[in-house]
Amino acid sequence: MAAVGGGGLPAYALRRLLLAVPVLFGVSVLVFAVLHLAPGDPAAIMLGAQATKEDIQRLHRDLGLDQPLVVQYFHWIGQVARGDLGRSIPLGRAVLPEVLLRFKATLLLTAGALTIAILLGLIAGIVSAVKQYSWLDRLSMGVAVTGVSLPVFWTGIMLIIVFSLQLRWFPSSGMSSPYGSSVSDVIWHLVLPAMTLGTASAAALARLTRSSVLEIIRQDYVRSARAKGLAERAVIARHVLKNAINPIITVLGVQVGFLLGGAILTETVFSWPGLGSMMVRAIQARDYPLVQGGVLLIATTFVVVNLVVDLLYAIFDPRIRYD
Amino acid sequence: MTDVMRMFRRSSAALFGLALVAVMAVLAVLAPWLAPRDPDAIDTARRLAPILTPGHPLGTDEFGRDLLSRLLYGARISLVVGLAATALAAVAGSLCGLLAGFVGRWVDQLIMRSIDTLMAFPYFLLAVAIIAALGPGLVNGMVAVAVVNIPFYGRIVRATVLAVKQTEYVESARALGVSELRLALTHVLRNCLAPVIVAVTLNIGGMITALAGLSFLGLGVQPPTSDWGSMLAASRQYLNVAPHVAALPGIAIFLTVLGFNLLGDGLRDALDPRLR
Repeated sequence: MAAVGGGGLPAYALRRLLLAVPVLFGVSVLVFAVLHLAPGDPAAIMLGAQATKEDIQRLHRDLGLDQPLVVQYFHWIGQVARGDLGRSIPLGRAVLPEVLLRFKATLLLTAGALTIAILLGLIAGIVSAVKQYSWLDRLSMGVAVTGVSLPVFWTGIMLIIVFSLQLRWFPSSGMSSPYGSSVSDVIWHLVLPAMTLGTASAAALARLTRSSVLEIIRQDYVRSARAKGLAERAVIARHVLKNAINPIITVLGVQVGFLLGGAILTETVFSWPGLGSMMVRAIQARDYPLVQGGVLLIATTFVVVNLVVDLLYAIFDPRIRYD
Repeated sequence: MTDVMRMFRRSSAALFGLALVAVMAVLAVLAPWLAPRDPDAIDTARRLAPILTPGHPLGTDEFGRDLLSRLLYGARISLVVGLAATALAAVAGSLCGLLAGFVGRWVDQLIMRSIDTLMAFPYFLLAVAIIAALGPGLVNGMVAVAVVNIPFYGRIVRATVLAVKQTEYVESARALGVSELRLALTHVLRNCLAPVIVAVTLNIGGMITALAGLSFLGLGVQPPTSDWGSMLAASRQYLNVAPHVAALPGIAIFLTVLGFNLLGDGLRDALDPRLR
């Protein structure tokens, strides 16, 4: 990361926050470009083959496509700042409430997957490192490299075949049953999609946890802790994990990005009513405002997650603040 | 170099990975000779035939097309598109990294801030967003996945360049009057080769998965081309009656990606002993 001077945590937090500004600006330019890089006339594409010349001209005016690009960008970003993400033509509705509604479903799926990833990944990684070269280590690392290589969309389909079509334990699609949605019903629907998305992430997390724990275990202070007669469990908990936590937090940040991206595939497999499945349909329908809204929301979330990760990092490792 | 070879050969996982990749490559190259039938030949009388059907060793899909033939031809698409996208990302990313690290100042700032912006997007989301702009298709899918991976190579090469620039032999070459361009292209770039090769082998598996994912969503390779991702997408309608139609393309993707991942892990461990 960028060089940071002294000043402690609040100053570091402020500097890190300021660093997020150009990134968010870049994100907004790229999201803006989604519409304007499109080959052909976006208005004509959005309205479809039956549109009249007048319709196309009206949409040109509404979208401001007749203005210079810079003017269009600032007009658009001004609207976004006021919470106006435009209108979806096929849906005939404003984009913001639509994406917010679906964002909840995506967040739920991502949170479920992250929980599975942390539980499985951290435990497997720590056990592997502590029992390096044991059969347990070999087994969990074998499973991990398999997990990393499995395409999530295929894992999802296989889980549907086994647990939904054959065993009939879990539903294969949707987020709730047609007759109302209790919390337990939603969790029941969440199990397979969260497993699908979470296991791939767990595998990556297990591998990285193992290597960062291994690095710490070889440090002199761990040897000293053992030498002074501390129980192995206490050595691992107090000396190893405490110091291995930082690389793991960084990896967790990266994994959230993987999960938010992977959610697009998982939601499609399980017809989960989130942003991902919405965007895929919107791309096919050339519904640019909806695509832009979805991409902007997910990317902004990811920027915020990375910000939080960096702050956590600075809290756990004071050296970062004074680096 | 012999040390590296010895290290690599000692890892049975890496050798297994190499073997998997080699088998997939041979199957892809020999697809026209190995495939029992034309992968696009429709036979509506034999729709969704099970595995071990006479004439169709792995059964048929919803149009009665031979699955083994489609899988073999699919290997060509996956490997060629995966390799091409990786090469594109590696070349573009390395150039960015070289430029940023070597020229420095505002060029470095501009390139690194652009890379930060690309990395602000979740990996797969950015690929999908690029497809949204360019439109679905094989070439656009390749470009999308390549662009997403540019930061990966850019950062590796920039870090290597910054380290190499400080070395004495580059200093002395500069003192001898070697031009900056020649310095960059010979001394500096040569040192970036090993990390980039490792990065490429670690990266190809993810590229193939991402491209199959785009095709699965209908945003990459378009039907009727034999492609593992789109085969999987089509199979979803028949999971109840013909689960093997869904299982097989996934196994093909898995084995290929596993091969590249094991190979990449082995190469990295051999070239970077600190990680062992």
